[in-house]
Amino acid sequence: MTDDNGARGSALLGMYGISKSFFGVPVLDDVRLECLPGEIHAVMGENGAGKSTLMKILVGVHQPDAGRIELDGTPVRFHHPRQALAAGVSIVHQELNLLPDRTVAENIFLGREPRRRLAVDRAAMDRAATRLLATLRADDLISPRAVVGRLPVAQQQLVEIARALSYTPRLLVLDEPTAALSPHEVDTLFDRIRRLRADGLTVLYISHRLKEIFDLTDRITVLKDGRRVATVRTAEVDTRTLVHLMVGRELDHYYPPRAAPGRIGPVRLALRGAGAGPLHDIDLDLRAGEIVGLAGLAGSGRTELARLLFGATRMTSGSVELDGRVHRLRSVRHAIRSGIGLLTEDRKAEGLVLQLSVRDNSLLAVRALGRGAVRRAGLGDLLDRVGLRGSTAREVRYLSGGNQQKVVLARWLATGARVLIFDEPTRGVDVGAKASIHELMRELADAGTAILMISSELPEVIGMADRIVVLREGTVAGELPAGASEAEIMLLATGEPDRSAAPVGATGEGGAA
Amino acid sequence: MTASTTARRPARPGLPLDTAAASSAPVWLVFGGVFAVAWLLVELNGGQFMTVENLQNMAVRSVALGLVAVGQTIVLIGGSLDLSVAYMVSVTAVGASFVMQGDPDRMALGVAVTLVLGVVVGLVNGLVVTGLRVNAFIATLGTSLVMSGILNALFTNFTGAVPRQFQGLGYQALGPVPVAVLLLLAVVALAWYLLRRTRFGYHLYAVGGSAEAARLSGVRTDRVVVTAHVLCSLTAVLTGLFLVSRLRSGAPWVGPDGGYDLESIAAAVVGGTALAGGRGGVAGTLAGVLILAVIDQVFNEFEVNAFLKTLIRGVIIVGAVALYAARSRRSEGSF
Repeated sequence: MTDDNGARGSALLGMYGISKSFFGVPVLDDVRLECLPGEIHAVMGENGAGKSTLMKILVGVHQPDAGRIELDGTPVRFHHPRQALAAGVSIVHQELNLLPDRTVAENIFLGREPRRRLAVDRAAMDRAATRLLATLRADDLISPRAVVGRLPVAQQQLVEIARALSYTPRLLVLDEPTAALSPHEVDTLFDRIRRLRADGLTVLYISHRLKEIFDLTDRITVLKDGRRVATVRTAEVDTRTLVHLMVGRELDHYYPPRAAPGRIGPVRLALRGAGAGPLHDIDLDLRAGEIVGLAGLAGSGRTELARLLFGATRMTSGSVELDGRVHRLRSVRHAIRSGIGLLTEDRKAEGLVLQLSVRDNSLLAVRALGRGAVRRAGLGDLLDRVGLRGSTAREVRYLSGGNQQKVVLARWLATGARVLIFDEPTRGVDVGAKASIHELMRELADAGTAILMISSELPEVIGMADRIVVLREGTVAGELPAGASEAEIMLLATGEPDRSAAPVGATGEGGAA
Repeated sequence: MTASTTARRPARPGLPLDTAAASSAPVWLVFGGVFAVAWLLVELNGGQFMTVENLQNMAVRSVALGLVAVGQTIVLIGGSLDLSVAYMVSVTAVGASFVMQGDPDRMALGVAVTLVLGVVVGLVNGLVVTGLRVNAFIATLGTSLVMSGILNALFTNFTGAVPRQFQGLGYQALGPVPVAVLLLLAVVALAWYLLRRTRFGYHLYAVGGSAEAARLSGVRTDRVVVTAHVLCSLTAVLTGLFLVSRLRSGAPWVGPDGGYDLESIAAAVVGGTALAGGRGGVAGTLAGVLILAVIDQVFNEFEVNAFLKTLIRGVIIVGAVALYAARSRRSEGSF
């Protein structure tokens, strides 16, 4: 493997021999990271590979046990994030750290409000905020006086980046900035990041999304189990090599085989002309044994549809049929009783009670239905089925994202759900656990469960789905068979005039629009 | 009216929006409604509502609760709360009349002593909450009990007196406007400026909204919370001074009898301040206090049974807050 690609000894940032242990457990071991001025440098690796810890050491949240950090060849040591900011290192954390009730300008300049005599100089603050937003080409999009909580997530992200830029950094660290963005929003964000690079900014981009790293970055440092595996030029590697570096495994193992045609059974759940809130005129069939992939841009109504199917929002028009009989979903409780389960997009806030044990979380729904005590003996069996080992008394907050997802899944297996809705099933889950969740989904389908999988990761939709339904502006824009291309899905999702006269199902290679 | 339309609609790019304008306008609308209904009821009953005397009465009645509610609003915005204000009011009332003993020359001393007491209690509250990480509910309940114990051990009845001159605070008026009302307005204006225009205010909203976000931005969160507690105790001192100027002498029960701890929280919450912190303001609180005062006035007019009165107040407080909750849920989206 070629190593040290491109490093010419003039690195803007150098981290050498960084080691760190928490409570005797090594998290980072002799890690080196060099970032050249003006490049977009990816740090990638599975969850738990040490990306976040490395970044926290860089910005002074943690202190390294060993190793040194250099900025422009000068040794530095940060004991508090403010020192890193002063030295020109800004970070945008994965979770948004904004105050929803305060304005854009108030958020950007929190703790550093410009003052005139006793009062905060609001006019100056608004002007400065507008200037910062202008460097992101977002000044005509976001008013400095807008209340942050009312902005769409993609714009809130820009506010976070504007705040990071307000420290006039030389190095900007973006930690998984696209987690909550639709593909289209990712593209515009990337345009903005490239412009920042053109203005002379160096960017460290933390991600485990392969496609983004290929689209955006110049060089890649791969971490695995707390060690640096390699640093490579993006142009010189392909997906297969990169995945191999990360997990030591080929990409083919990513997705389990699709359903054999004979295995797809009768329609379990059907929507006819359903509407509620932003949704309207939705027809959808979910069949036993089939995984339906639901794609669409952010705001197209994907999550709203999931909530509708789960009885969390009242349907205002149309009807639901369950096993061929018209059925009204009056409440979530009623939906669960009818054999529907939802794995929410936000596991921590909506899916799990973090302080409760694996056992209590797994049995939450079935106990609520009043059959809990009976099923207690079956807990071990449930957890075996989802492949979760270890004590059932552990609090779920100590589990990894993948194992947390398995706990939620166990909950729905306990209720005997026969229709499962997965909303972003592998968000924030590392590559290894991702594969096992995908395999579980396929096993469930093979056992006769009807599955709707919502995902903003097109490769996941394409890799998993037996049929792909694309939403646009609150209704079904079209349906594609298994193996449709990203381009086909994007065309439907964006509603661009049909350039491809190609028949549906013909796979044309090509990037997303 | 503009505020209610902007609240419903998501932020349109380029449209300047201000949190301040968005939050207190509906409360004033409610106040307008309550006031109009009260007026109508009293007039239909053959009484007179819009008399100078009546309005003065309501205004003065609002002062005692209003002053301390301003302070309570400040701690609530910071994500804390102060249950010790009722006994702080008693300590002030008793302390001032005890120190002054009817002597005009000791007026300044009496005021100074009570202000110092206020700062001390506020500091203790703030430091226990931030330093010892004791939940504010328990911490301020504790200081409240301590004050109650000391006060009841030392004094059993009205003690000392304030001089005639000091009673001017409670009884004099500039033209038609009572001095005490001017004091309340001045305190509200000062608090508004602090919250909406100074760094302290910006940081207070930030700490109440998300202490972690504030800390990561370099805000010294503990200092902000301690300051809020000191300011709150000081407003309780002002309420105590106002009460003792009306009563001429202080007794240990004047604070708890007035129910200033829970009523000040109720007024702030009716005024749109979030119990969870980070949202609200003193303009809304003032409206909240006035709403409660108008309701009281109507009850008095109709000579409503005291227990029924409490019952109706309870219903109104819960109703108002439920109304805001419904509104904000609607403005946040359909779920």
